[in-house]
Amino acid sequence: MNSVQQIKYFTGAIIISLLISIFFLWLIDAPLVDTAKLLVEGAFGTNQRIGDTFMIWVPLLLASASLVVTFSAGLWNIGVEGQIVAGAVAASFIAREVQGSTAVVLTLMVVGGFVGGALWGLLVGVLRVKGGVNEIFGGIGLNFVATGLIVYLVIGPWSRDGVASTGGTEPFRDQAWFPTIDGLRASPLALAIAFLALISVMFLLSKTNFGLRLRATGKNSLAANRFGIATSRYLLMAFIIGGGIAGLAGVTQAGAVYHRLVPSISGGYGFLAILIVLLARFRGFWVIPIALFFATIAMASFQWQLRLGLHSALGGVIQGVLVLSVVLVMGYQEVRRHREQITTRDETAP
Amino acid sequence: MNAATFAIIVASATPLIFAAIGETITEKAGVVNLSLDGSMLLSAMTGFAIAYTSGSVELGLLGGMGTSAFVAFIVAFGGIRLRLNQIAIGLILTYFATKLSALLGGEFVRKPGPFVQKMSLPGLEDIPFFGEVLFQQNPLVYFSFFLIIVSFWFIFHTRRGLDLQAVGERPEAAFARGISVNTHRYFYTILGGAFVGLGGAAFSLDAKMGWSEGHIANYGWIALAIVIFGGWHPLRVAFGCYLFGAIQIIALKMQPSLPDLAQVLPIAPFPLMILTLVFLNMRVVQGFTMRFKGIGRLIRGTAPSALGESFWPD
Repeated sequence: MNSVQQIKYFTGAIIISLLISIFFLWLIDAPLVDTAKLLVEGAFGTNQRIGDTFMIWVPLLLASASLVVTFSAGLWNIGVEGQIVAGAVAASFIAREVQGSTAVVLTLMVVGGFVGGALWGLLVGVLRVKGGVNEIFGGIGLNFVATGLIVYLVIGPWSRDGVASTGGTEPFRDQAWFPTIDGLRASPLALAIAFLALISVMFLLSKTNFGLRLRATGKNSLAANRFGIATSRYLLMAFIIGGGIAGLAGVTQAGAVYHRLVPSISGGYGFLAILIVLLARFRGFWVIPIALFFATIAMASFQWQLRLGLHSALGGVIQGVLVLSVVLVMGYQEVRRHREQITTRDETAP
Repeated sequence: MNAATFAIIVASATPLIFAAIGETITEKAGVVNLSLDGSMLLSAMTGFAIAYTSGSVELGLLGGMGTSAFVAFIVAFGGIRLRLNQIAIGLILTYFATKLSALLGGEFVRKPGPFVQKMSLPGLEDIPFFGEVLFQQNPLVYFSFFLIIVSFWFIFHTRRGLDLQAVGERPEAAFARGISVNTHRYFYTILGGAFVGLGGAAFSLDAKMGWSEGHIANYGWIALAIVIFGGWHPLRVAFGCYLFGAIQIIALKMQPSLPDLAQVLPIAPFPLMILTLVFLNMRVVQGFTMRFKGIGRLIRGTAPSALGESFWPD
């Protein structure tokens, strides 16, 4: 393994993605310098914005942590969006129904959200394990169902008095609001939950027997099965844990960002997290800076729209270009390395 | 339901037929192009933009085909040449193409543009019932009939079609017989992508005229699901598309009588379709259909065995 070569190719990929991004900026007549300046200023220019950036970082960290678990078991959990929604719905239910102090309500919201997401994830898992349904399509089907459910709740049984609009439910009572830093929208508790979840996932996967077996299932489920691992049980566990963690993203979105249930509660962060973990190559540690960078771009995207009148999809395009370039270039590097190994092997052979 | 309703179902299913049959061809060769949801959005946008700017619907359709063929090329290059995971590439491209369609399509949102004109087929249009359902449509619809039949005939009844299946089922054996596996895979991935693009452009220039952000979001996933539902068989895939069209029309017609669910009904066909597929795929159901040969053959289908795997004759 030549890591110098890897760094060289990685740098090349970044430069390529920068050039392609600049091309798209030129295509839509965006002012280059102002756009670049706003990337940093938009996300970190004021305390307020730093706080907002952190609140995008939180669901991205949680959804990524969720995907790291399921991918370790060899699963493509596209259902992560639906699991975020399920967590948010469960948390909203508790916020609406449970009376008590902030500590009690928030604890129950976190537990309830985890359970909600875990059950929604388990559904995909059962379809896969018992029904032989590919988790990509089971997950997408259940994403649609979750969308239908949340729209139904927001305009139906949980609608505001007299107004049935898709704008959202009545705001939660104060006890169901995550405490924030004075004057900012950032909630340290939400950030703490996200880091705790990610660190737990990293510990679980690399330091426990369970994690080892889960990874064995993901690498080669047939071999793992022969080795005496009940693979289907591990797949279901991956969906429960992954779904639960995704559900936590729903909890923080509902309890710390919107303070109510809105149809777009997942914010598309579940799908974006797929790009993050692909870029991080499913390693928990790298998720942290990459998710922060993606949150920076997402935040800058709002500012680009607000101040420069650029389209809100610009941030997404840049994220896509970045991941696509890195994945393709690193793939090319792998293939070359493989080729070189074969030639050196052939040359040294007697 | 009268003939007019059936005619609407046939017309509205047309873009999906292009996309789903395109993907069927690609997957038969052993490659998964999972980017459909984004790819179709992008080709719907470019197709409309080109037709709007040039005034030519034909150019728009060709532009759409070229767009998704290029996206499919990236899938093929990454999946075949670089041996990357095809699902990963597909998901990245889904996201990227979706966002790109929104970014570049900004100036074409909700503009009235050209569309495919109706053209009844003389003679055939007068056949009672079927004339109105099938032959008082536009050329795109007729081309979809042609594509269904030709793709079926090509895949199952020609030498080249057998090669295509061999490449997707048993690449080693195909290679041993002198078939260049990866060249075939490149070709059919790009060809399938072109039909996916035709599907996208057929939405914005015909079935769902015009362009707006996320115009045909989720239809790509439906097309992918229908390929599985149809067991990688063009005729059954086409049936799946018409079924989806029918469910959509039914949901639309139910809207006035169920005002409480008015917001939910338009999205209901999407989970319904995928859950139908999920249901048919259940081992329990498959076991049941196994006992009845006729039904079993109708609803069961197996994926090409080498689907999604890269092949390198080292």
